[in-house]
Amino acid sequence: MEYEFHWNIVFQKMPELLSGAFVTLHVSVLAMLLGIVIAILLAIAKMNNSKPFCYVATVWVEIARNTPALFQIYMAYFGLGAFGIHLSPYVAVLSALVFINAGYLTETFRGGFQSIPSTQYSASKSLGMTSIQTYRYIILPQMLRRIYHPMTNQFVWSILMSSLGILVGMSELSGTTQRLQSLSFRTLEFFIVAAVMYFIITKLVLFGASLLSRRLFKGEI
Amino acid sequence: MNSLFTPLSWDDTGYILTGVWNTITISVVAIVAGTLLGMIVGFARAESNKTVNFLFGSVLDILRSVPLIIQLILFSTFVGAIGHPMNPFVAGSIVLSLYTMAFMSEVFRGGFESVSKSMQTAARSLGMTYWQTIYHIRFPIGLRAVLPSWMGVALSVIKDSALVSVIGYMELLRTSEQLISRTQQPLEILIGVGLFYFIISYPLSHYGRYLERKMAI
Repeated sequence: MEYEFHWNIVFQKMPELLSGAFVTLHVSVLAMLLGIVIAILLAIAKMNNSKPFCYVATVWVEIARNTPALFQIYMAYFGLGAFGIHLSPYVAVLSALVFINAGYLTETFRGGFQSIPSTQYSASKSLGMTSIQTYRYIILPQMLRRIYHPMTNQFVWSILMSSLGILVGMSELSGTTQRLQSLSFRTLEFFIVAAVMYFIITKLVLFGASLLSRRLFKGEI
Repeated sequence: MNSLFTPLSWDDTGYILTGVWNTITISVVAIVAGTLLGMIVGFARAESNKTVNFLFGSVLDILRSVPLIIQLILFSTFVGAIGHPMNPFVAGSIVLSLYTMAFMSEVFRGGFESVSKSMQTAARSLGMTYWQTIYHIRFPIGLRAVLPSWMGVALSVIKDSALVSVIGYMELLRTSEQLISRTQQPLEILIGVGLFYFIISYPLSHYGRYLERKMAI
């Protein structure tokens, strides 16, 4: 192998890479939070009997689940231009991720909600609980337990998929890496470091999630 | 004066179809190779002890925790740097297959582990050899159980194949991107592309969910 590695330049640019990693984390957290909020609304709409809401929710979910993430990002970045809406790369990637997260989480939430047998509602009602109490103490804790793991996976997925920002010139971790390597021509070094950073980020997130789940569910999961 | 941009016309059909064909080719290659490799690795993991499993697991973990796009760039730069540049199709197929393998092996491992120990003991006590047990009992039962999740992974590979465009493979999304920069008609082209993925993915994902429900009962 004749390739010589030059790591110095990578270490010099470490602060920029780290700020890129911060943007990655930032965009995925935001995409996850917004996705959760929309997914709750969509799940309610989907389980609702009123036709138009249910229809919108179904179309949203199916499009999000059945087209590539890159397509969504292109759609947000190039496609919306046709309507005169020009999003910045950050907003384009964020909105694409929110769109997909919401689509996937809707099904997760719906599945979690429906997995709780309806006898539990009658049981808690016969114990004299109000419906708010039923949700607060009976339904939601069980639901959270079932959707926790899929939600963690979805979060990791959004971190990994935010790397598509490289294709629309966003300055998150992979976009920053791309820019720095094109300035220095140390492609391999920069991308190896980026890969390691993504690995560390996902592992930290999974570790944090499992710590949190131990606190939340007191070990029973 | 002629405009710099020319609108979309029927002459572009061939170009788009090349993209469609390339997307299908690389997805099929990755799904087939990834499934076979995943089956082998999944079986090996279901069979082996904790230490071996841990080593296997950590390697596969890397494939699953690094974004596919980074893996693609790294691999194609790496083979270029050591002096064996590959064409985008080969490089893309290798990376996408390995990526698929990482997910498939988990799916298959779950399937093989779902075949209960007592069933294997029963088969052995009927006089079957180890390989007969695998061939007649564990594979058919284990594989049947994983069909819905297998379909889920296969569908996500079709969608992820769009990323191979980053190393220069002319798959559907890249052809469309080039058409967009020529025609400046992003919306029409992108909607067409989206429809293509949707038409492939939607029926299969519903069939997968149907199978899942059918098997759950």
